[in-house]
Amino acid sequence: MLEQIEGSLGVAKAVALCRPGVVCAYPISPQTHIVENLGKFVKNGELKDCDFLNVESEFSAISVSIGSEVGGARTYTATASQGLLFMTEGIYSASGLGLPIVMTVASRAIGGPINIWNDHSDSLSQRDSGWLQLFCESNQDAVDTHIMAFKIAEKVGLPVMVCMDGFVLTHAFERLDIPSQETVDKFLKPYEPKEYLNTKEPVSIGAMVGPEAFTEVRLLQQRKMAKALDVIEEVTKEYRELTGSKSGGLLDCYNCENADLKLIILGSTVGTAKDEIDRLKAEGINVGIISLKSFRPFPYAAIKEAIGDTKQVICVERAFSFGARGIICPEVKRAVEGTSCDVKTVVAGLGGRPIFGTTINGIVKDALAGKFTEEFTFFDVNADVLNSYTQKHEGVTFNKGPINQSAIEKSVKA
Amino acid sequence: MLEQIKFYQTGSNTVGNRLLNPAMRTIQASTDRPNGLISGHRACQGCGEALGARYAIDAALKATNGQLMVVNATGCLEVFSTPYPESAWKLPWVHSLFGNAAAVGSGLAAAAQVLAKRNGDANAPRIIAQGGDGGTTDIGFGALSGMFDRNDDVLYICYDNEAYMNTGVQRSSATPPSARTATTQLVGDHPGADWGKGKDLPLIAMAHGIPYVATATVADLRDLENKVTKAMSFHGARYIQILVPCPLGWGLASNSTVSAARMAMETGFFPVYEAEYGKITSVRKIRQKQPVLNYLKMQRRYAHLTGKKADPNVVARLQALCDANIKNFGLLGDDEPNAPVAIQAYERSQAV
Repeated sequence: MLEQIEGSLGVAKAVALCRPGVVCAYPISPQTHIVENLGKFVKNGELKDCDFLNVESEFSAISVSIGSEVGGARTYTATASQGLLFMTEGIYSASGLGLPIVMTVASRAIGGPINIWNDHSDSLSQRDSGWLQLFCESNQDAVDTHIMAFKIAEKVGLPVMVCMDGFVLTHAFERLDIPSQETVDKFLKPYEPKEYLNTKEPVSIGAMVGPEAFTEVRLLQQRKMAKALDVIEEVTKEYRELTGSKSGGLLDCYNCENADLKLIILGSTVGTAKDEIDRLKAEGINVGIISLKSFRPFPYAAIKEAIGDTKQVICVERAFSFGARGIICPEVKRAVEGTSCDVKTVVAGLGGRPIFGTTINGIVKDALAGKFTEEFTFFDVNADVLNSYTQKHEGVTFNKGPINQSAIEKSVKA
Repeated sequence: MLEQIKFYQTGSNTVGNRLLNPAMRTIQASTDRPNGLISGHRACQGCGEALGARYAIDAALKATNGQLMVVNATGCLEVFSTPYPESAWKLPWVHSLFGNAAAVGSGLAAAAQVLAKRNGDANAPRIIAQGGDGGTTDIGFGALSGMFDRNDDVLYICYDNEAYMNTGVQRSSATPPSARTATTQLVGDHPGADWGKGKDLPLIAMAHGIPYVATATVADLRDLENKVTKAMSFHGARYIQILVPCPLGWGLASNSTVSAARMAMETGFFPVYEAEYGKITSVRKIRQKQPVLNYLKMQRRYAHLTGKKADPNVVARLQALCDANIKNFGLLGDDEPNAPVAIQAYERSQAV
């Protein structure tokens, strides 16, 4: 049914349609509206046979989720930013125990300095945690991806983070097509855990594993991730056939035929970029967009295929690794290793700095003009703000415009 | 029930088991014992925690007719009972992290109730979450308080051996003053753990107004069993703290675990009582009051207090602690202590 509603409400409705047995809530912006709505659905009886727990921290939110999944109940929780970091120990425990929890990460910057606005530093900080990480382009994508996520998680036997941009998506009112309960019931059967704690067949879960078997346990986890690539595609296909939706998948290509340049983007920026790419096309500039949906597992083969013959790729990244460089770019380089494709990182949109059409326009034109001479460039940096500090304290001045890694290094030696 | 006993074995303050009527005797082995924690695990000789866990879990298994699932915090009990691919647990058991046993217990209880409701099953399995004092009073404290706050249907058992034994005997907030641990060594002007630190978790649990709180020791196993059985007759959040001496960490002869626990009670060092809805309902009275020195002498962690260089002022302060416990909890008289009760206790008692 078509509804004009807030993204968070859409996600809450999607989660409720999946009939979770336990929902765990702890407030942190910008995910809070999702669990508020779910709490309401449980209390007013729309979501039946579900326990809604208000816990005292994110660490307990993930821990309650671990307990309820171990007990065989389909489980959902949501978090963001500091909350995700506070969960971290439990994040690893959940994936190590193979528990198919579904959790929304309403992506938000990490402090300090504290910042509540959107970038991808929270979710990407958990890239090695053994969770699947599925990014959403739009609120419709988020609604559909949450429904698919339960099926993917339960088929693979690993937890899934559904990453949607905080505020930009969670708080945006859009037209959403919410599938009917009948459709979702057809798609997603009641949860039948393969192994869970029960008194009929007692098992010990979470034993201490030493050097004699730890490597093998880890290899089996990596094997599940390999399986996840196929499962994501299968489940997406099934869901699209059932609902006519265009959501999900490992990645999505836009205008990728004969593009001179391709941008790889995660999340809501894709929508902005698509509009700008259409405008650029009128100017005769042919740019493709690869919307990376599945960051973990990373779809190396699909990325290679999507890049095709294109010689220039820019990863527009909303997070980076301190002391190193981009996070997406090295993965893409691995995917195209041995080809002559040039892959670079452009950092933009940190801590909620908006990525406008003009930002995308600037990135495209600079890229095509060969202005990105290095792998790592801060694009939308404001030299005035920077200089107001560095000039006063160190006598160092940055030029206006994008700042690349060697400019940063040079400024230290000056 | 044990308070009525007036005869003891000479020299040990032990109630003569054979002098009791059969219903009150402690039974080591019997054919109907559930044996939730079986032999062959890797606990140290004389481990108080293994003893406490075996009796607590078996009592709970009996009380729930086998409908019991256990969440274990990281710690000795977890490590010695489940080195992959072995397990000493004959019941559903899960370990996730050090600080989250209470929260995992909440989740497991929620799942058990939701599944039972869906399947039309009247009796959902009951949940015990358990851990050592470090996992309970320190790192797991927030999650535990949250579980109490929500009054989730979980019995949390803290096996209190007064330090982080699994990592090599470091101080926890349950470590008594002047005790030697690896992080409160016997050096400087004030050897051992600092004075004026630590927290009383049973009283904190009572301040949440939860249905049932008790303390127990491995010296009174029948009392321990009774308390676990009673705890399982309540729904909602419950807490039992069991004093489980650690021969390795306390510097105790491995055949003195039970004696040390008994001495902790007889000196007033560890008050044993139970409380319902925040109000103390029974106190285990001291039978033959002992000076604290007799308790200290058994343990090398207090060696600095019993030798020639011992500071008598410190021993006097420890004796004063015991005396305060005796007075505050009424460990000697006939009266039960009367303390303020959390308003949440009223709320919860009315809800049941």
